[in-house]
Amino acid sequence: MQTLYDKLWNQHVVHAESAEPDSMTLIYIDRHLVHEVTSPQAFESLKLAGRKPWRLDSILAVADHNVPTTDRSHGIHDPISRLQVDTLDQNCDELGITEFKMQDLRQGIVHVIGPEQGATLPGMTVVCGDSHTSTHGAFGCLAFGIGTSEVEHVLATQCLLMKKSKAMRISVDGKLGLGITAKDIALAIIGEIGTAGGTGYAIEFSGSAIRALSMEGRMTLCNMAIEAGARAGMVAVDDTTIDYIKGRPFAPQGELWGRAVAYWRTLHSDNDAIFDRTVVLDAAQIKPQVTWGTSPEMVTTIDGAVPDPALISDEVKRHDMQQALNYMGLYANTPIQQITLDKVFIGSCTNSRIEDLRAAAHVVKGKHVAVNIKQALVVPGSGLVKKQAEQEGLDQIFLAAGFEWREPGCSMCLAMNDDRLTAGERCASTSNRNFEGRQGPGGRTHLVSPAMAAAAAIAGHFVDVRKIGG
Amino acid sequence: MEKFHTVTGLVAPLDRANVDTDAIIPKQFLKSIKRSGFGQNLFDEWRYLDHGEPGMDPIKRQPNPEFVLNQPRYQGAQILLARANFGCGSSREHAPWSLQDFGFRVIIAPSFADIFFNNCFKIGLLPIILDATVLDRLFEEVKSTAGYCLTVDLQKQTVVTPKNEAFGFTVDAFRKHCLVNGLDEIGLTLQHTEKIKQFEQKRRTEQPWLFM
Repeated sequence: MQTLYDKLWNQHVVHAESAEPDSMTLIYIDRHLVHEVTSPQAFESLKLAGRKPWRLDSILAVADHNVPTTDRSHGIHDPISRLQVDTLDQNCDELGITEFKMQDLRQGIVHVIGPEQGATLPGMTVVCGDSHTSTHGAFGCLAFGIGTSEVEHVLATQCLLMKKSKAMRISVDGKLGLGITAKDIALAIIGEIGTAGGTGYAIEFSGSAIRALSMEGRMTLCNMAIEAGARAGMVAVDDTTIDYIKGRPFAPQGELWGRAVAYWRTLHSDNDAIFDRTVVLDAAQIKPQVTWGTSPEMVTTIDGAVPDPALISDEVKRHDMQQALNYMGLYANTPIQQITLDKVFIGSCTNSRIEDLRAAAHVVKGKHVAVNIKQALVVPGSGLVKKQAEQEGLDQIFLAAGFEWREPGCSMCLAMNDDRLTAGERCASTSNRNFEGRQGPGGRTHLVSPAMAAAAAIAGHFVDVRKIGG
Repeated sequence: MEKFHTVTGLVAPLDRANVDTDAIIPKQFLKSIKRSGFGQNLFDEWRYLDHGEPGMDPIKRQPNPEFVLNQPRYQGAQILLARANFGCGSSREHAPWSLQDFGFRVIIAPSFADIFFNNCFKIGLLPIILDATVLDRLFEEVKSTAGYCLTVDLQKQTVVTPKNEAFGFTVDAFRKHCLVNGLDEIGLTLQHTEKIKQFEQKRRTEQPWLFM
């Protein structure tokens, strides 16, 4: 009677300091994804200590945070960003690490390209110096973000020292309404349990509504596990998982494929498995979600209004809420649909995959961005997503509607490149964090699904995507 | 890593919940390829009135006089009091680096985000969890008492107030061992090299598709 998390954990124990369940444990890492922001100091320390990477074929590197999403033929103009990307290139070249460089068609956001390449496989431990590594748990693997010291630790030893988390099951049962996506499920969950609700837990998402999600949807959901405080989110393996992986460049083939699939099919929680906490949501009750504050838990539904701090009894919470409203330039009780926008961002490791772009294109087809929208960006998650979207004609739909069609990268999700909000600008964003300054100093972020962002771009304010046939 | 035994230091209160890593160290400063120098941009958007970019001279910037760490009474603070879910958000180790570089050695909060909590131990910055009601009291005391200091004794696992009131805290035995002795975790793990190799060999045989 094991949970999926138990199975994944037990498969990777190299050594435990004691027999206690919370013992510090040495865990083997199968896949190490590397990007330019959190790795330079790790490579430097590794070199200073005279150490070499333990297993080169476990590592896949890509620059995504700093890369420009406009014409790349002249490289990166910001010298500090350029140095960081060059440093990754140099480290990878020197050590013989596989890297998709900026001009490579396979370049993209690290959490998009791992699965896209089949470099993320069920049963793996996957780490990256990035909190949204939880994304990869969609494939029935144990995936979590690490800091730079741990990046170095994995490079040097192929292992991490850690304690086992508690296990939480979030079950979403029933059928989602039309126009409701994995992003809405994720935000509804965070609204329910809070941004610290998952602290100390690994979350398994289950239930009929999760089973019905595509891999893209499951990745969106697991991506946001960290916004609920959980380092890892995961979904059990099923046909959807296996169909997605088949034929991808890093996936096993031939006789090995059959062996791998046989093992992968065991990667689910046993029927009688016991979880430390269980949360149940009714899929049919989930409405389109929109955040109104500066934390993903500050969320309501499209038919809702900005909440009133005066009604909150807890002093710290009331103060934080008021501070959030001040920052966001919003007043209590304003209907969400009356909030007008300046910019729209469709992209990020949460929502930049082909299904996301299709959903957004479906909404904007034959329409045009509202006059008050200064900029509407579509930033595909990878060069391959971009290519596929272009083959399907999605780029033409977006361009005709007044969107900009960009090169792949993290872009305005965290504004480390030139894509950003200026102070006071308000953005409907498909990304994952609405923290103060996240999309640019003084910028105001509202997190939504791709269809909701697209609909908001057309209307110039938030609208209910269910009422416009999204 | 520097050894950690006892710290007696000035306390600064940061009275808001869910302080995220973007607030602790904004993204533009993550472009550095160095591990040091982040302290001058700790809480940059709250601490300064002008917008900060890498390479700016802190002397020429406009500090926000209202921000707690700019107040004269908290200069030189080594212990930060914080609220729930401190350090939520990204995995950037730049967050603990900037707190440490600024001069903090201990952060006390009712709860921390997992990755941040973990990252702190790796660099010898001690995150301590105390009950929210204890934090409420400490916040009151530090605000009402100029020069308020606490003593944190890692060996005894206590936080001691100026009135000699002691609050115990828990810390994982292994992490404490590493902090107290200033140990390099990688070095410790490499003591298990043979075990790792054996594990890897077995895995290579059983699941060869993971090694392509």
